[in-house]
Amino acid sequence: MDSESTLTEEVTADFPSSDDHDESQLLPQLVAHLREHRTKLREEWASRIKDAHLLEAMTPHELQADTTSVYDNYVEVLETGSVEALQHYARDLSERIIPRGVETHEVVGIVLLLRDVLARSLFEKYQGEFNALNRVLDAYEPAANRIANTVAVSFVDERERVIRQQQDAIRELSTPVLPVRERLLVLPIIGVLDKERARQLTEQLLAGIRTHRAKVVVIDITGAPNVDETVANHLVRTVDASRLMGASVIITGLSPENAQTLVTIGVDLSKMNTVGDLQGGLEEAERLLGYATRAPDGHGG
Amino acid sequence: MDTGPPLVSILRQGSYLIASINTALDDSEMVRFQMDLIDQIGQHRSRGVIIDVAALDVLDSFGSRTIRDIAEMARLRGALTVIVGIQPDVAFAMVELGMGTGSVETALDLEEGLEYLNSRLSGGHTTPNRRLAPR
Repeated sequence: MDSESTLTEEVTADFPSSDDHDESQLLPQLVAHLREHRTKLREEWASRIKDAHLLEAMTPHELQADTTSVYDNYVEVLETGSVEALQHYARDLSERIIPRGVETHEVVGIVLLLRDVLARSLFEKYQGEFNALNRVLDAYEPAANRIANTVAVSFVDERERVIRQQQDAIRELSTPVLPVRERLLVLPIIGVLDKERARQLTEQLLAGIRTHRAKVVVIDITGAPNVDETVANHLVRTVDASRLMGASVIITGLSPENAQTLVTIGVDLSKMNTVGDLQGGLEEAERLLGYATRAPDGHGG
Repeated sequence: MDTGPPLVSILRQGSYLIASINTALDDSEMVRFQMDLIDQIGQHRSRGVIIDVAALDVLDSFGSRTIRDIAEMARLRGALTVIVGIQPDVAFAMVELGMGTGSVETALDLEEGLEYLNSRLSGGHTTPNRRLAPR
């Protein structure tokens, strides 16, 4: 501790005479100061994070490891002026913490806290020398802003990448057309039907009718919440188009809420063949296909 | 206009007529096709008509209306009509533009169309396809 304080004093004592020094000396001095008080400043930062209730999804151990790395990266950026390493680290960190539900404001929050903690330490150090303080802050502030910006952008980029990835995944598995029996297709719809998905669904269904030579299609919308006017009209068109290709469509699984909405908003579904649930829909489909429905006692069929 | 090579091959198969439209027809050709077909229903005393549009990538509103008209006229002359082979894209485009086939029956392809006519015209009751019957 002793050596530390003397060192600090030396630097401080050195400063007034450095007025005529090269401006480029400022940042190295700054970096030296931050390296020197690394433990103390990092701990102060960690306690501020805790007080602000940020990053509560992380364990104390992880928080310690990550705040240390962020601190070191931060100082390194101040030293080298290159944000590349920090960018990589921020992206890596984001990848780890996004699945834990960490929000953008938390990440930005901790970086701003660190900025604040370091700035306070600089105020303390150059308390007596207004000129020096001004020049140090002139050097420090732009770099600190740049760091905050880099971290925030990296985090948001990573988040958007994850979202895009998930959208692709959803799109791929969104509309399976399942051949259940000869000439019978089942099309379960799970999740929200937007315009793009509805178009894709129709396309796949019509292609499926052709490939499987389907005569009956059961569209099950048990898993589709909020069947609104747009979706309903699209379903009607899909039914019509399927009919043009010689397949009849049975819609199953309209929830009570959906049925109420559709009737209230007045969508014309009179041409649609609807059955309560998928089981009933399959029975109806088999009847249409000419299968004898087995009697419950097992003597039929 | 009544003369000239036929644009649509109209084949007689038992008591059915099978008309395959092989290329896109303009409006006057469509009308000529309509007259040819209605004429032949009488000549051959046909009971069923299959119009195959599998080769068409586009079916405009006039075309689909004419086909609908043919079906209605054929019915008045005593023949049941079924349209077969509408392509997926064509089907969706027709529905998007609000031009269906009205009350005319449709089927996937020629085979299905024949099956439909057989089931409808063989004495009124439908018999399940043996191939489809459960084992």
